[in-house]
Amino acid sequence: MRKVLWMLFNLNCMSDTVISIDGLGKKYRLGVIGTGRLSQDLTQWWAKIRGKEDPFKSIEQDNFKPTQYGDYWALKDISFNVNQGEVLGIIGKNGAGKSTLLKILSRVTSPTTGIIKAKGRIASLLEVGTGFHPELTGRENIFLNGAILGMTKAEIRGKIDEIIDFSGVEKHIDTPVKRYSSGMYVRLAFAVAAHLEPEILIVDEVLAVGDAEFQKKCLGKLGQVSKEGRTILFVSHNMGAVQALCSRAILLQAGNLTMDGPTNATISTYSEIAFNKSKAVWLSEPGMTGVGKYGVKINAVRVLDQSHQIGNILNDNDPFFIEIEFETNQNGNQLTSNIQLFSESGILILSSGNWPSTTTNIDKFSNVNLNAGTYRSRVKIPKYFLNEGGYFINALINREASTSIAFIEEAVSFTIVDSGNMRKEYTDYIGGLVRPKFEWNTEMLGTN
Amino acid sequence: MEKWTLIIKPKTSWFDLHLKDIWTYRDLLLMFVKRDFIAVYKQTILGPLWFLIQPLLTTIMFILVFDKVAKIPTDSAPPALFYLSGLVIWNYFSSCLNKTSVTFTANAGIFGKVYFPRLIIPLSNVVSALIGFAIQLTLLLLLIAYHHWVLGINIQLNTYLIFIPFLLLLVAALGLGVGIIISSLTTKYRDMVHLVSFGTQLLMYATPVIYPLSFFEGKYKLFILANPLTPIIELFRYSLLGVGEFNPWHLLYSTLITFLSLFIGVLIFNRIEKSFMDVV
Repeated sequence: MRKVLWMLFNLNCMSDTVISIDGLGKKYRLGVIGTGRLSQDLTQWWAKIRGKEDPFKSIEQDNFKPTQYGDYWALKDISFNVNQGEVLGIIGKNGAGKSTLLKILSRVTSPTTGIIKAKGRIASLLEVGTGFHPELTGRENIFLNGAILGMTKAEIRGKIDEIIDFSGVEKHIDTPVKRYSSGMYVRLAFAVAAHLEPEILIVDEVLAVGDAEFQKKCLGKLGQVSKEGRTILFVSHNMGAVQALCSRAILLQAGNLTMDGPTNATISTYSEIAFNKSKAVWLSEPGMTGVGKYGVKINAVRVLDQSHQIGNILNDNDPFFIEIEFETNQNGNQLTSNIQLFSESGILILSSGNWPSTTTNIDKFSNVNLNAGTYRSRVKIPKYFLNEGGYFINALINREASTSIAFIEEAVSFTIVDSGNMRKEYTDYIGGLVRPKFEWNTEMLGTN
Repeated sequence: MEKWTLIIKPKTSWFDLHLKDIWTYRDLLLMFVKRDFIAVYKQTILGPLWFLIQPLLTTIMFILVFDKVAKIPTDSAPPALFYLSGLVIWNYFSSCLNKTSVTFTANAGIFGKVYFPRLIIPLSNVVSALIGFAIQLTLLLLLIAYHHWVLGINIQLNTYLIFIPFLLLLVAALGLGVGIIISSLTTKYRDMVHLVSFGTQLLMYATPVIYPLSFFEGKYKLFILANPLTPIIELFRYSLLGVGEFNPWHLLYSTLITFLSLFIGVLIFNRIEKSFMDVV
């Protein structure tokens, strides 16, 4: 009975709201507010008093007034609650308002409208190592950085051994950090931040630092922090990390909160929107007559479905094609076509080119000297290869296999849609960048 | 049940100063002071010696120019002591002013990432500057002792010495107040920086550092007295050297101006710190 009561109590605690955001908005003023110089501002003011024209007004402003007083809402009417112990993912494109939201939460800037109420200390890892001084030793910087992040001296002293241990720079802890390698520096900085004990922790893209092993350690630490009942707001472009850490995610779009729900649902909404603007065809602009090095120019990059029609919403159970159309106005260069395939989060999945040893067939225009003319290379991506989600392609033409002489970054993008053909038994999220079918065999080794 | 510990709202009133926050972050203030201290001492071999070289050379120069050439009186005090005593106070004021006046521009990086009460930075500047002051004051006291016992010049230390901590507080508060007003203005007007660098130079000549207050009469004297630093320096000299004028009303005026500027400074600073990150 007592145990049940205790659990109920715990449950109650768990659903306790620790952050309540209501009607939050942030307005930035576009254009020039004042001239930035006291003398000019005074002159402006004096001219205004005498009813004269503003001597510093630029001519464009005459016909284009709105920009000068234009307002820009980085965040509009954002409302949501976060419960204790929750790890909330915040996703959205660059410029969607994620950073503004975090800046307001970490009190670096103040909101224009709305109110945020929170229980407990909010600490942010907007950037690790803030305030590190090169002349101070590692140990001294732990104290300084800890204090900047809001810890008291006594708190830091209680944790210093743990922090040093986590950072893995014990040997150099009494050396000025200006002698540290950048890796050591970042590890020490993250170690301090990871040992803050705020009730609410804001994490923004810190996992982009350090080597893979250290990143793993950081993810582990964040997971542990949330298990201790602390609340984490996690902002990242790395959907994998959001998926791994967060149970709930919100999506910001152009300053609006457009989705608030389970992480999987939010991420898939995000991918749909992100790839709404995706393009199946890239064409060199008509005005661009210029031809690159060795007279080579990429004219077009296209995504084609299995029936060679342009289209970039593709089923996972159909093959599809990427084609690169290019021209060369010189004779006698060996040119190869290449693609780089990226996931929407920017992870390079593969690079492929039409060299004889990397193709399943022999491309008759590969490894031979080309005559001036227009060419088209097409690569077939097999079915059941990529996982569902968004992808984009960089297109390259190389000369003699190694030198890249034409390059179109993020030329085309496409979305792989789950046809359900691989979900007949299991319907939930299947992780990973690729989702090929493999041969599996199980043998019975004995009876019990 | 609904116990919120932190409320983030748009523009709060002018008088919502969060002074309690500063107390919570007092450890940070000490860490900044320690950082400044270590940074100065580690970077150069001469490090702290600069605090001595500067006033010594300046004093020698003042003796040559204003005592020997211009023959400006020093209220019958030994010129070295007269100039150095003025300089010690003046240097403390100008280092407070110069450091605090760039609070926002020099710390934009850190302010853009983490919240802590912004006033901690100028406060720590004022405390850090005490290190230089202490070194220079020691130099002054040694020089006074030398004059007294070695050269046999009678120096009248007196009970007004007890005012020195108060004078120091006034100088710190004035430097802080004016400094944070300027730092708030520099977020919008970058040319204020130039004003500070030559403004402090000019201000020194409007302060009785190289001349005694008694050197002036009439409206010039009033002009010099309008400078709130004047009564502070005069009383400082009076307490250590027994020369100069001390008028409690003048000191009261200084005190009022000081705390008025500090008050206005804190109000403007508090106002600016909220929107500062959007302007930079």
